[in-house]
Amino acid sequence: MSSGICFHFSLPLGEFNLEIDTEIPGQGVTALFGRSGSGKTSLLRCIAGLEKPPLAFLRFNGEIWHDTGQGLFVPPQQRSIGYVFQEGVLFPHLRARENLLFGFKRTPKLQQIESLQRVVDLLGLHNLLQRYPYQLSGGEKQRVAIGRALLNNPRLLLMDEPMASLDRSHKKEIIPYLECLHRSTNIPIIYVTHDPEELVRVADRLLLIEAGRLVAQGALEEMMARVDLPISRDYDAGAIISARILEHDEEFHLTRVGFKGGELTIAAIDQPVGNSIRIRIHAKDVSLALDPPGPTSILNILPAQVMEMQAHGRGRMVIRLEVGGVPVLARITQKSQHRLGLEPGSKVYAQIKSVALLA
Amino acid sequence: MLSESDLTALFITLKLASVTTLILMLFGTPFAWWLARTRWRFKFLLEALVALPLVLPPTVLGFYLLVALGPHGPIGGLLEALGGYSLAFTFTGLVVGSVFYSLPFVIQPLQNAFSAIEERTLEAASTLRATALDRFFSVVLPMTRSGVITAATLGFAHTIGEFGVVLMIGGSIPGETQVLSIAIYDHVESLEYTQAHWLSAALLIFSFLVLFLVYRMNQRQCEQGTRP
Repeated sequence: MSSGICFHFSLPLGEFNLEIDTEIPGQGVTALFGRSGSGKTSLLRCIAGLEKPPLAFLRFNGEIWHDTGQGLFVPPQQRSIGYVFQEGVLFPHLRARENLLFGFKRTPKLQQIESLQRVVDLLGLHNLLQRYPYQLSGGEKQRVAIGRALLNNPRLLLMDEPMASLDRSHKKEIIPYLECLHRSTNIPIIYVTHDPEELVRVADRLLLIEAGRLVAQGALEEMMARVDLPISRDYDAGAIISARILEHDEEFHLTRVGFKGGELTIAAIDQPVGNSIRIRIHAKDVSLALDPPGPTSILNILPAQVMEMQAHGRGRMVIRLEVGGVPVLARITQKSQHRLGLEPGSKVYAQIKSVALLA
Repeated sequence: MLSESDLTALFITLKLASVTTLILMLFGTPFAWWLARTRWRFKFLLEALVALPLVLPPTVLGFYLLVALGPHGPIGGLLEALGGYSLAFTFTGLVVGSVFYSLPFVIQPLQNAFSAIEERTLEAASTLRATALDRFFSVVLPMTRSGVITAATLGFAHTIGEFGVVLMIGGSIPGETQVLSIAIYDHVESLEYTQAHWLSAALLIFSFLVLFLVYRMNQRQCEQGTRP
């Protein structure tokens, strides 16, 4: 049987139609990314079976869940999924513990793989179990909702902007749990978000959705390094690079990391040497020079080649560089491009002002 | 104190109210659920019909029921033709009348309580393996508990206080259709004020006790925080 999630939906959504036909792998975190109102949530609801589009086909790991052509529809309660709503949607008449066990109790014995203990540990719910939902903060509610979905022993976990209704501090509280979840489960996750920061922290792959259409899809690193997508216009645009910790410099509080294209010196990371990490170089933090610059405060200067350029209007542009085969984005002005005479193939030095650690 | 015929009237009243409430809750709950969830455009027609007994004088309702259920009415006639008996002036006839008369008092609180449940809550339950029936019993009913209790209480209490409909289709046959309110009326007509006092006081205290218990239960539930 073919593994993966294959779907085709056609659903009228007011001003436009949701019209998506694609296939995603049955593992890792796939993000549905796009602006608010682009149809991401509707797509997720179609996958869950909460929405019944007039035209639908959905196959999960070889099992047909929805096929309007054959008049076949498996209702949500028979799909073994976990669904996390934007606002949690806990049952107000049940304590956190009973909320957590709602789906678990209804799971056939043989499929009860998850345990309350493990989920409580994973999401730090020890002190919340006896509370009613109205006694929980937004972040706590959302953690219980995620736990409840996990304890449903899902074969597919669907998350609809689980952090959209939270303020910044509560987001910070949830993100580590999500990253932890990502590492500790092999259930495929489909994650809806419009927040680029969330996207780069949780996703492995992404489906870029605009006005109900699939604009592009691919691995996160590959997509974040493209200059032709709307994400590259974001203030926060920037390539993601997998690296390994080489050495710690205690004196200056720095860490040296290596990646396929060379080495970088970044702010100290509290992880042992040899660990794999993901880092992000924001396009706005990369400037370009034709010659190796003289003495400068910038620690990371790497030889690079211009691969592709895209003007984004208002005098700005994004350039895709390659550093030893690894893509890096740089945002410069069109004037600088003119002055340096940059074009695809140009050899430059990329001066990297700061590097962000992802996970 | 209460005479034997008064006690019989009391028993008939309680029996009538219990049977009526049971029927209304049994059939009213799914109907109210449907009214609360349907997007049918002519739903308002049914809502208006349900609310009719609120504004109609009970004698009007009783009169039409008498005509319909009597031996020459469409329903009573049909029953007689089938070898049964017409429902006018029988306990069964009273039950039919009471069900119509108390309908809005049961349907409206139920419908309001059910409407307050958000679709997403039910969707959450369906993604957690709960079938439609399971969702109703494990999510909807516990969440609308106070609405359900209110509906049952109002249905019960309102049936006990019924007079006009009973008078029209039940008359005052002791042991069959003579309920408390009619018994009181009969006492007053015969100038037996002491008897009327006893019965009226009993009815007053009973009604107050029922409402007292319901309101206290609702308040407890709010304090427990089981409602958002």
